[in-house]
Amino acid sequence: MQDFKFNIYDLSSFTHWVDVSLYSYCTPFWAMMWEMIIIGVAMLLFYAVIGLFLVYAERKVCAFMQNRIGPNRVGPYGFIQTVADLVKLLMKELVIIRKSDKFLFYLAPFIVIIVNFMTMAAIPFAKGIHAIDFNIGVLYIMAISSMGVIGVLIAGWSSNNKFSMIGAMRSGAQIVSYELSVGFSLITMCVLAGSMQLSTIVEGQSECWYIFQGHIPAIIAFVIFLIAGTAETNRGPFDLAEAESELTAGYHTEYSGISFAFFYLAEYINMFIIASIAATVFWGGWMPFHISGLAGFNNIMDFIPPFIWYIGKTFVIIWIMMWFKWTFPRLRIDQLLTLEWKYLLPINLVNIILMALIVLMGWHF
Amino acid sequence: MSEEISSVVDIDQQEYIINIGPQHPSTHGVLRFVVSLQGEVVKSLQPHIGYIHRGIEKMCENLTYQQIIHLTDRMDYLSAHTNNEAVCLCVEKALGIEVPERVKYIRTILDELTRLASHQLWWCSFGMDLGGQTCYFYGLRDREKILDIFEETCGARLLLSYNTPGGLMWDIHPNFQKRIKEFIKYFRKKLPEYDAILTGNVIMHQRTEDIGILSLEDAISYGITGPTARASGFSCDVRKRYPYSAYDKADFKEIIYTKGDTFHRYQARMDEMWESMKILEQLVDNIPEGDFTAKMKPVIKLPEGEYYQRVESARGELGVFIVSKGEKYPYRMKFRSPNFCNLAIMNKLTSNFKIADLIAISGSLDLVIPDIDR
Repeated sequence: MQDFKFNIYDLSSFTHWVDVSLYSYCTPFWAMMWEMIIIGVAMLLFYAVIGLFLVYAERKVCAFMQNRIGPNRVGPYGFIQTVADLVKLLMKELVIIRKSDKFLFYLAPFIVIIVNFMTMAAIPFAKGIHAIDFNIGVLYIMAISSMGVIGVLIAGWSSNNKFSMIGAMRSGAQIVSYELSVGFSLITMCVLAGSMQLSTIVEGQSECWYIFQGHIPAIIAFVIFLIAGTAETNRGPFDLAEAESELTAGYHTEYSGISFAFFYLAEYINMFIIASIAATVFWGGWMPFHISGLAGFNNIMDFIPPFIWYIGKTFVIIWIMMWFKWTFPRLRIDQLLTLEWKYLLPINLVNIILMALIVLMGWHF
Repeated sequence: MSEEISSVVDIDQQEYIINIGPQHPSTHGVLRFVVSLQGEVVKSLQPHIGYIHRGIEKMCENLTYQQIIHLTDRMDYLSAHTNNEAVCLCVEKALGIEVPERVKYIRTILDELTRLASHQLWWCSFGMDLGGQTCYFYGLRDREKILDIFEETCGARLLLSYNTPGGLMWDIHPNFQKRIKEFIKYFRKKLPEYDAILTGNVIMHQRTEDIGILSLEDAISYGITGPTARASGFSCDVRKRYPYSAYDKADFKEIIYTKGDTFHRYQARMDEMWESMKILEQLVDNIPEGDFTAKMKPVIKLPEGEYYQRVESARGELGVFIVSKGEKYPYRMKFRSPNFCNLAIMNKLTSNFKIADLIAISGSLDLVIPDIDR
């Protein structure tokens, strides 16, 4: 057993120490079990904290954009307002719709939540804090994150409510379309990175982030990813699935109490996931900002811990997404599909070729 | 229930019916649309009204004219002052009273402030109907300033009841002119913000252009009035055509657009806000000295006959029709409400558009439901 030294800049020594000591104390099966439990609990905590914080952040950001103060009564600056809201939602009655498909009705929020968890597992939070490092990490995230729509469709179908149904169908059409753009813009970056493994992608940005390395096509891919990613999280201006002014609340019209809270939380976690993928693939994840040749500057940047870099980048992107939401009116369903199929997808296809050309000719930085 | 609905709306196998309202965020009150949909496309729409019918017209038959004023507030609550004024003008016309010039000016100024406040609220709720929630707070922020002026003038913020047959309840506050001038200066800076956040937005243009086109013929035959009709090229501004109060003293443009789509209805109201400010600027400094009310008897009895007076409320032409038998109560009272006529066109405007367009169109008609039901 090796000595434990906690280094905030390289948490892999810490995680390695945990791993080695577990295996030295238990049989391999139990060591594996304990690791799963530890990661699961840590994820659960992280999930809850991020969810609650994002709800609070959104309320403050939108208040800031709307000449309001936002929550300011519960706790300092209203910081534990969302906790109070959560407690309220937990205590609320779960309204049972008599003619709904009860099994599917209760299942739907869990599908959305489980999908969120599975996606979070593959995100590198900091050096060494990375639950599963697949060699097809990008593909895995794309595949899993789009499964959330199944939960939305089931919710819409089982509620036995026409508003929910319209919302769910809209959401289905929207995610099937925008999944393409998300995928293609990530593929563009995979072409540049030469790998689909998220750890390799992050390591590859130690000199310079990919958005700068791949210059023009990378910036195009980033913008497309932001648009399509916002669409995929069902947030404004693409919030057609819940379109408050049209469908009252869309697919979660009939949900109450904690099952509504699950959908609500899942929306924010989805936003967090999209933002962290964008931060990882385009902005270097936990990698500090480096300019090659400026050793002093790079050292100062290295001084900031990787986890702070990661959270900072993610929150900048989340802030951009909130900015969209509170500024733009909502698109109509046909305009939404036109935007994807007539504009984003062709641009994306050309962009991949452009990126391939740049990588082949070595025109990137 | 479903049999009842299907007998009301002729549906085929592909269509299904949803109820938009009476509790729905975008009907701006308790209005219910029974919408027949094919997928997302609206095939037919039937408005069901009467959820807040209070029988105001019937109640008027047992109230004196001074008391009726307070009921009219509750019709179109966003242009309460205009409603009050309509009744007062009608009673004054019947009695043949000439109100002092001062009263005319103050009424006109308050009319325009009411119109501004109403259009601001329309703008912010229209933005919200389109999904841009920030608009709501921009609109309410500026409307607050007008409501403050109202509060200082007569104590009420929404339901003014400031008019009384023959004049006003009491004189204006000494700050009145100063506050209005401050407001105009403030709002001239803030109105371009409205354009910046909503009018110039490309999504907003896509959502409203060529949506729900109201032709001039339809506008006339359905009796559409107000900015909704003027966006279709129907020159129907009562302020210009049959000037009342001090509108003949002010120089302003009648906003006319020709296309009649949702975007032009939007533009017509936005431009009306600029015109209202112009009217206010012209009148606010010239309020003549004098009494705030004409000499009136405590009990008003209208001579036998039928009287009609129209005014331009924020939504269109508001008519008051009084049949008097020479008593202190009217024999019959009828309000011609602009919203009722404007609602009638909904089915025609929305057919073959999508649900999202239905919301945008109903937002652009600027319906106030209590005025429809009365």
